[in-house]
Amino acid sequence: MADNILEVKNLKKYFKTKRGVLQAVDDVSFTLERGKTLGLVGESGCGKSTTGRSILRLIEPTAGEIIFDGKEIHKLSKSQMRHVRKDMQLIFQDPYSSLDPRKTVSQLIAEPIIANKLMKTKSEVDLRVAELMSTVGLAPRLFNTYPHELDGGRRQRIGIARALAMRPQFIVCDEPVSALDVSIQAQILNLLKELQEQFELSYIFITHDLSVVNHFSDDIAVMYLGKIVEKAPSEELFANPLHPYTKALLSAIPIPELGEKRERIIIKGEITSPINMPDECRFYKRCSYACDRCKSIPPLEEVSPGHFVACSCLDSI
Amino acid sequence: MSQTETTKDLVLDLENLNVRFETEDGICYAVNGLDMKIERGKAIGLVGETGAGKTTTALSLLRLVPDPPGVVECDKMVINGHDMLNISIKELEKIRGKDISMIFQDPMTALNPVFTVGDQIAESIMLHEGVSMADAQRKAIDMLELVGIPGERAGEYPHEFSGGMKQRVVIAIALACHPQLLIADEPTTALDVTIQAQVLDLMRNLRQQYQTSLIMITHDLGIVAEVCDDVAVMYGGNIVEEGTLEDVFNHTLHPYTEGLFNSLPNINDRKAKLTPIRGLMLDPMDMPPGCPFSPRCPYADEKCDEPQVKKYVSETHAIRCCAYERPGFHIDRKER
Ligand SMILES: Nc1ncnc2c1ncn2[C@@H]1O[C@H](COP(=O)(O)OP(=O)(O)OP(=O)(O)O)[C@@H](O)[C@H]1O
Ligand SMILES: Nc1ncnc2c1ncn2[C@@H]1O[C@H](COP(=O)(O)OP(=O)(O)OP(=O)(O)O)[C@@H](O)[C@H]1O
Ligand SMILES: [Mg+2]
Ligand SMILES: [Mg+2]
Repeated sequence: MADNILEVKNLKKYFKTKRGVLQAVDDVSFTLERGKTLGLVGESGCGKSTTGRSILRLIEPTAGEIIFDGKEIHKLSKSQMRHVRKDMQLIFQDPYSSLDPRKTVSQLIAEPIIANKLMKTKSEVDLRVAELMSTVGLAPRLFNTYPHELDGGRRQRIGIARALAMRPQFIVCDEPVSALDVSIQAQILNLLKELQEQFELSYIFITHDLSVVNHFSDDIAVMYLGKIVEKAPSEELFANPLHPYTKALLSAIPIPELGEKRERIIIKGEITSPINMPDECRFYKRCSYACDRCKSIPPLEEVSPGHFVACSCLDSI
Repeated sequence: MSQTETTKDLVLDLENLNVRFETEDGICYAVNGLDMKIERGKAIGLVGETGAGKTTTALSLLRLVPDPPGVVECDKMVINGHDMLNISIKELEKIRGKDISMIFQDPMTALNPVFTVGDQIAESIMLHEGVSMADAQRKAIDMLELVGIPGERAGEYPHEFSGGMKQRVVIAIALACHPQLLIADEPTTALDVTIQAQVLDLMRNLRQQYQTSLIMITHDLGIVAEVCDDVAVMYGGNIVEEGTLEDVFNHTLHPYTEGLFNSLPNINDRKAKLTPIRGLMLDPMDMPPGCPFSPRCPYADEKCDEPQVKKYVSETHAIRCCAYERPGFHIDRKER
């Protein structure tokens, strides 16, 4: 049997808004093997961050089971959760706004160590901070530097060092490189890969950059309006996308090469409102293959080993 | 973008642009001797790492660089026949929007939350075309439909629109008076690929329809390949390589351009390790005397400590780099 670090079953997160119920995450299930990366992609507002945060219980899920390292963490109280959360960390998109500007690099990295009482004496803490800085490639001379004096790539390294401080097994990386330019992006992606090998980390990697997710993930789950519409090993997903939304998504990636232009599938219409959604396929209104069968929600079904799709019209595409 | 531009119909003729920011911490040399010429109807992609001076160059063309701390110096800046260096504020206001117009990166800050989107487009039309409010309103609705938003939504406020729709409203405003030169500063970074594809498609159609010239500022070389005719690669406040797409993508000559392409994930080999450009980002307060890329350049030698002059290697392809003249020099582009 596979060694799963994480199992998510029927996860739901609904928000009550003035205009009605917003189904941000709606019945999402998946598993993540230890040491592997699951990429989570989909358009803005489809529920990627909410999924990540619900799993860490940084926000309370409306329903569903989260089994982390064999523990049913959805049943834990807030204080019990605090112990588990050391093993589960989050890296944010925006290295600029997620760091306290009044703290130095070393203070920022020491913060979670001190808050969680992982080390007692100042010299122990300093030693651990120095070790973490070297792990993420921050030069020792930056010990007393403030984040505003650093470039985006180094600030993101601080965020990574803070996450690693707890010696986690699992990290949700929420758009960790979206704010960085291509060269610095490459540095950070390499670092995350090295750390994964070194510490056998498991990642959920959230992004809307499909070329990055392809490079980085073992499996990719495509979300659309709160639901996973397709999930497959990365190579399989890119080689053989089945859901009409996935097809459109992949065809829309601009490729930095000249030559024959690809056939591009342009999705018509606007993103459907996530509030008070009818019980039909979430992609119904924008799908060019939509038919009567799509007026009920299609289940996510395995069509070949490891390749899952939620679409009622696969036979007619 | 060519050596023999005298007879060409230029929408932009810019020579020796220098912009520095005089701040308390020191002087930031943001743009350093930049030339740019754009023929009518052409689209040029302006790429380069963060802090390279792309936005500052664009703001200089609109004469919108904040002063202080900005100091702009320039030998020549002619936009659609207007000498931008000797012009009254009043004329400038007319030129902005009509001759040159800019799409700013963040659609949220470009729109005013207290006016309906229709009124915001109409206002720009009224200012430039001198038509009545009623006519401007009608034209605003046409513009909305042109960018794919139903006209009846003109009475809605920006917060009622999704990110992609807001960005299209910003584009509608920028295009309302059919500018001759459109600058788009990362117009789609806030958008998803599917919406991005819609917006790029739209810009392409409008450009064909109105012969608009375009400066597309972006980090995304894929977008450049898709929308542009020419590319200018910036590093340290100047263009280090420029040419047609074919020149720059397939016959890369500058080591920085090489590094930029080689940092991209390889689509065919998922397991390949990424190769970022080595060394530290340039500090524009502490510019090296010669080539700004030399401290990070794998090909650098002592000749690179001298200022680099622009050299044409063909009719269309120019670089600022002395390395390619050395015997045996060749750029190492990874297989993609
Ligand atoms: N606290 C909240 N209250 C109400 N609605 C919320 C809240 N947080 C998120 N949402 C809504 O839930 C949906 C999913 O949001 P989420 O941030 O998870 O999307 P995302 O996929 O991460 O998008 P992005 O790519 O833009 O980060 C959105 O419609 C969002 O507006
Ligand atoms: N108002 C300002 N005051 C001081 N320095 C400034 C100001 N505006 C820009 N700069 C500096 O000028 C340099 C060029 O900035 P610019 O915004 O033009 O870069 P860019 O190429 O657009 O980068 P990005 O890709 O991050 O948008 C940077 O070092 C920046 O810090
Ligand atoms: Mg998010
Ligand atoms: Mg900029």
